[in-house]
Amino acid sequence: MSAVADTHDHAHDDHGHGHHGPYGGFMRWVTTTNHKDIGTMYLWFAGSMFFVGGVMALLIRLELFHPGLQYLNPDFYNQLVTSHGLIMIFGAIMPAFVGFANWQIPMMIGAPDMAFARLNNWSFWLLPFAATLLIMAYFMPGGAPGSGWTLYAPLTVQQGIGMDFTIFAVHILGMSSILGSINIITTILNMRAPGMTMMRLPLFVWTWLITAYLLVAAMPVLAGAVTMTLTDRHFGTTFFNAAGGGDPVLYQHIFWFFGHPEVYIIALPAFGVISQVIPAFSRKPLFGYASMVYAVAAIAILSFIVWAHHMYTVGMPVTGQLFFMYATTLIAVPTGVKVFNWVATMWKGSLTFETPMLFAIGFLILFTLGGFTGLVLSLVPVDIQLHDTYYVVAHFHYVMVAGAMFSAFAGIYFWLPKWTGKMYNETLGQWHFWLTLIFFNMIFFVQHFLGMAGMPRRIPDYPLMFQTWNEVSSLGAFGFALAQFLFLYNLFTTLKSGVPAAQKQWEGADSLDWTHLPTPAPYHTFETPPVLK
Amino acid sequence: MRGSKLLPALAGLAALGAATSAHAIAWYFQSPGSQLARDIDHLHQYVMWLIIVIFVGVFGFMFYACYAHRKSKGHPAEQFHENTTVELLWTIIPAIILVIIAWPVTKVVIAQKDTSSPDLTIKVTGYQWKWGYDYIKGEGEGISFVSMLATPREQIEGKAPKGENYLLEVDKEVVVPVGKKIRVITTAADVIHSWWVPAFGAKQDAIPGFLRDLWFRPEVVGTFRSQCVELCGKEHGFMPIVVRVVSADDYTKWVAQQQQAKTVQAEDPNKKWDDKELVARGEKVYGANCVACHQANGRGTPPAFPPLAGSKVVGGAKEGHMDIVLNGKPGTAMQAFGKQLSDTDIAAVVSYERSSWGNKSGIVQPAEVKARRK
Repeated sequence: MSAVADTHDHAHDDHGHGHHGPYGGFMRWVTTTNHKDIGTMYLWFAGSMFFVGGVMALLIRLELFHPGLQYLNPDFYNQLVTSHGLIMIFGAIMPAFVGFANWQIPMMIGAPDMAFARLNNWSFWLLPFAATLLIMAYFMPGGAPGSGWTLYAPLTVQQGIGMDFTIFAVHILGMSSILGSINIITTILNMRAPGMTMMRLPLFVWTWLITAYLLVAAMPVLAGAVTMTLTDRHFGTTFFNAAGGGDPVLYQHIFWFFGHPEVYIIALPAFGVISQVIPAFSRKPLFGYASMVYAVAAIAILSFIVWAHHMYTVGMPVTGQLFFMYATTLIAVPTGVKVFNWVATMWKGSLTFETPMLFAIGFLILFTLGGFTGLVLSLVPVDIQLHDTYYVVAHFHYVMVAGAMFSAFAGIYFWLPKWTGKMYNETLGQWHFWLTLIFFNMIFFVQHFLGMAGMPRRIPDYPLMFQTWNEVSSLGAFGFALAQFLFLYNLFTTLKSGVPAAQKQWEGADSLDWTHLPTPAPYHTFETPPVLK
Repeated sequence: MRGSKLLPALAGLAALGAATSAHAIAWYFQSPGSQLARDIDHLHQYVMWLIIVIFVGVFGFMFYACYAHRKSKGHPAEQFHENTTVELLWTIIPAIILVIIAWPVTKVVIAQKDTSSPDLTIKVTGYQWKWGYDYIKGEGEGISFVSMLATPREQIEGKAPKGENYLLEVDKEVVVPVGKKIRVITTAADVIHSWWVPAFGAKQDAIPGFLRDLWFRPEVVGTFRSQCVELCGKEHGFMPIVVRVVSADDYTKWVAQQQQAKTVQAEDPNKKWDDKELVARGEKVYGANCVACHQANGRGTPPAFPPLAGSKVVGGAKEGHMDIVLNGKPGTAMQAFGKQLSDTDIAAVVSYERSSWGNKSGIVQPAEVKARRK
């Protein structure tokens, strides 16, 4: 199924089935170097991983529906907790935004394609193999690792061979991210149309430029951490073993030096999508463009000096705790600037509320809520009370699901008409939004209460006083899952029989893809650079 | 502090509403049992009210725009897109708010870290999956025990109704005197665990090979319950922490009792045991220490937790079997029980394993275990 129709009419193109090159069918997708094809594959891959990770989440919520052990043994439960995290972060959210980047960056900056087209193909095709390794771990003796997605040593040393599969999967995922990032940086810096100066770039492009630098800086650190785990497991090193002069906490420092930038690797492109959607539906330019760019840069830089706020309970000296607390609270300033700018963009606009805008507003409110609980958690004494409880689970799902995922949905509904030339069903889209919003809060809002009342994370069974909220949360999870089928149905019917979309489907959209390109976007865009006034 | 009564009042209301159902619905911090926990509660409320005010303010603007600046109401889009004054203001004001928040928090951080001059020092060791307690300084010095989940497995598996303190009950509670400064030193024997008593605002990771500490001064007599809060493997959800705070007099009595029990319990490792008695005792030791991994049927959950039925170690020489129980197996969840169990208990459990599930490899006497210790 081709998401892209080729509107070019080359004399030598004797295939005429909407694609170029010598291959058709499956081989087209294996060999493609086209940014749109690759973007499409990233998005389908992310979508499938979202459903795989979602099934794991449902199994977790099923076990937690009632106290006692009903369906899963604790070992398998831990494996699900681990894989759910890894698959959602590395398999679903990150590839989804790389998919957006592939589709949108060349079109938004007036470039014909990505800078390194073959590298682009490889960046994508590494992913299915990494995902296969992650899933294969389940079929190894001992199963998948049950150490949580953070893979803390020395628990990782106890795991079976599934741990090694996971380590190699992380290596491959990291490689894919780094290659993809190099491509994105090069494309943005070198392939802009004449007149597309840096400070005219759409904000989505800016956020991805900065994210790509974060990826290049952070992913090797993760690779180092898991490689040390690998050698501790098999080659007699003792990086994380006190008996051999190592330190288990060293792993946490290295991991979170990657792990905190990773949060912004996920959040910044989400900010980028929202910064495209809100002005479009406010019919008003983005408020404070320059300060938005500076805020993103400030967040990125600060993200490298706050890592130990994930580790307040490991026993740091008081000066360490105070430094990381102050640095962490500072992030609230640029993040606040972004939220104020988005609200100011809406202020005195001419607002309409189509599905992308609904998801953007949902993002704005819920992400801010997740940011606020982040502020609560940045305070050392309060964090010591809440660390490793469900409060933290609630907090990061507000950032990851209501933040990144809502933003991804906003992006898909926003750009789907441009990509496919077809318009989705608006009523179904709005139903999808409202159900997702309600069930999301049903799952995660109550988890704040569980955490404050003292329910630890990552437990398969719990004391009776936590029963009510867990029941609410599980029911919410089942509803949330059902709501996503609405999205799938809407997506497939759009691809199959959606009504044709206009070139500028959204009145207020102003980037090059909407203003200079027909709908659907041609297979090869901007063979001659567009002219910018 | 602003509204410092309102959140607990709401919590009370919710609890009242829930009183009709089987169990109270917990949704806020446990009521504080120490100054530290009270400070944390106050800080949380202070920040939470600030957040609520800011949230309502910012999104008040947004919802007003959603209402008044709609296209369907014919609102024309204005085209302004920057205002330096406003942008500077909303950068500087949040920064000032952060300083206002940071000041009281810093004071609590410094207080929380001050573990100096304690009245009683207890070392807590995390094991997979139980807690070891050693009273190392102060009244009760020398008391030492291991504390394990007391909830029967039938309740967990749904074969029996769940008790009031389901998953929050242990065989031996930590007992501390009220009003005294207690310093807890944490460490672990295998992987990272985390020791937490919410009512005291006391949480500290227990890290293998390192010592860390925390302190609390309990203000009320009572029993305080919690769980391990760092994922530590299969039975992470099943290693509760129970602290019983008693009056100074009761504490002195408890210490005397413990020390007496210690002398009474010290069994003669040279006593020769009857086979049946030893195996019967071994079954109990097995049920308390081994069953979570190796299972009641001795089949384990391979390969992480190997079976004992038909095992080479169990069926092999006594020495190898005793060694692995005494010293554990590095890199696996099999821990060294030498320090946790007496010679008699180890002899009993080894004998039980060697004569159950089809194994027939003989009995081990406590004297042999004693000789095997290094």
